[in-house]
Amino acid sequence: MPENLSIRIDGEYVPAEAGQTILEVARAAGKYIPTLCWLENITPVGACRLCIVEVAGVGRLLPACTTPVQDGMSVTTNSEKLLRYRRIAIEFLLAERNHQCAVCVSNNHCELQAMAQKLGVTHSRYAYGYPRLPVDLSHERYVLDHNRCILCTRCVRVCAEVEGAHVWDVASRGTRSMIVCDMNHPWGEAQTCTNCGKCVQVCPTGAMAEKGYAVEEMSKRGANVTRLVRLGGRL
Amino acid sequence: MRKARLATVWLDGCSGCHMSLLDLDEVILEVAKRVEVVYGPLVDAQEFPKSVDVTLVEGAVSSQDDLDLIHTIRKRSKIVVALGDCAVSGNVPAMRNPHPARKLLERIYIEGAEGNRCVPTDGVPALLRQAVPVQEVVKVDLHVPGCPPPPRAIGYVLMELIEGRIPDLGTKVKFG
Repeated sequence: MPENLSIRIDGEYVPAEAGQTILEVARAAGKYIPTLCWLENITPVGACRLCIVEVAGVGRLLPACTTPVQDGMSVTTNSEKLLRYRRIAIEFLLAERNHQCAVCVSNNHCELQAMAQKLGVTHSRYAYGYPRLPVDLSHERYVLDHNRCILCTRCVRVCAEVEGAHVWDVASRGTRSMIVCDMNHPWGEAQTCTNCGKCVQVCPTGAMAEKGYAVEEMSKRGANVTRLVRLGGRL
Repeated sequence: MRKARLATVWLDGCSGCHMSLLDLDEVILEVAKRVEVVYGPLVDAQEFPKSVDVTLVEGAVSSQDDLDLIHTIRKRSKIVVALGDCAVSGNVPAMRNPHPARKLLERIYIEGAEGNRCVPTDGVPALLRQAVPVQEVVKVDLHVPGCPPPPRAIGYVLMELIEGRIPDLGTKVKFG
């Protein structure tokens, strides 16, 4: 039997077991915490920083998706301070690369765009970087546009944990970080890729898309991918 | 009641935001009763007038002319609104930014041209190094993203500003 813990979220006592994360406990209790990189049934990494929460007695904000619950924890999921920091996280994502929503395949189907709207982000207070980034068109069926990538690593994790191919990884550091295929090969030349497209379906933005779609046409079916894990267990 | 002095400007954009402004339907009658349009593509004024209450800026700051104009606008306007994604984030005009402007012009006007291969300089302003959002040059009082921002958001913004309030856009607008 897992150990039952006594946890408060936004002042309410909620059921929790040892080994669960704050996010899991909060979701089960019907509390909303915004997320971008999190995917159901896939290992959380705390990349996007949107799920940050306040924990009483802890001097810094903690990502709910990777922080395990502890007995006696008191968590705040929504506050002025958290909204401020979540907006900053979105603004950094927008300023870091080239997100021209208006001409993106994922316009109106994009989780970054939707989250910006949900949190009331109307502009970035930080100067845009306008980096020069490649678009990998080498794969027969799919496109990788680094301009739209937010480095959430959903593609990396789904490919490794669900498909079992581990085609994707992250190379370099900081703002130079890039999603790479195999040993930094063009996608079309990947030895390990099974062409399953799971990475494309879970990508929250227009960074990965199927070929042949124009602006606004690429809607995704990420839930189908994560449902595979629920049905079949982890590989 | 004194009418609010409204200016609209079209920098590096497609005029889509102005189209959205004209698409206010019956709200435009309300707006028209309350404002006097003193400058912009919709009226004849040649010089940006002194003492403007609200200026709606469409487009990124992309050329030397844009840069001069936006400084004049800031000096002479009480409230500057960045209208649409180009003014807010650079958007499509900023897609040239990773490339040097000179190379871009040469690619289009020399490599890409059939005859008369030269970069035009006569009667056209020099391009800035990058097309940048308005707020990277002057202080912006309100950002209204969207490509274009929906007419009802523009109508709401205008009516609130006319009433002397800074509108709370909340989730009424989105990028793209």
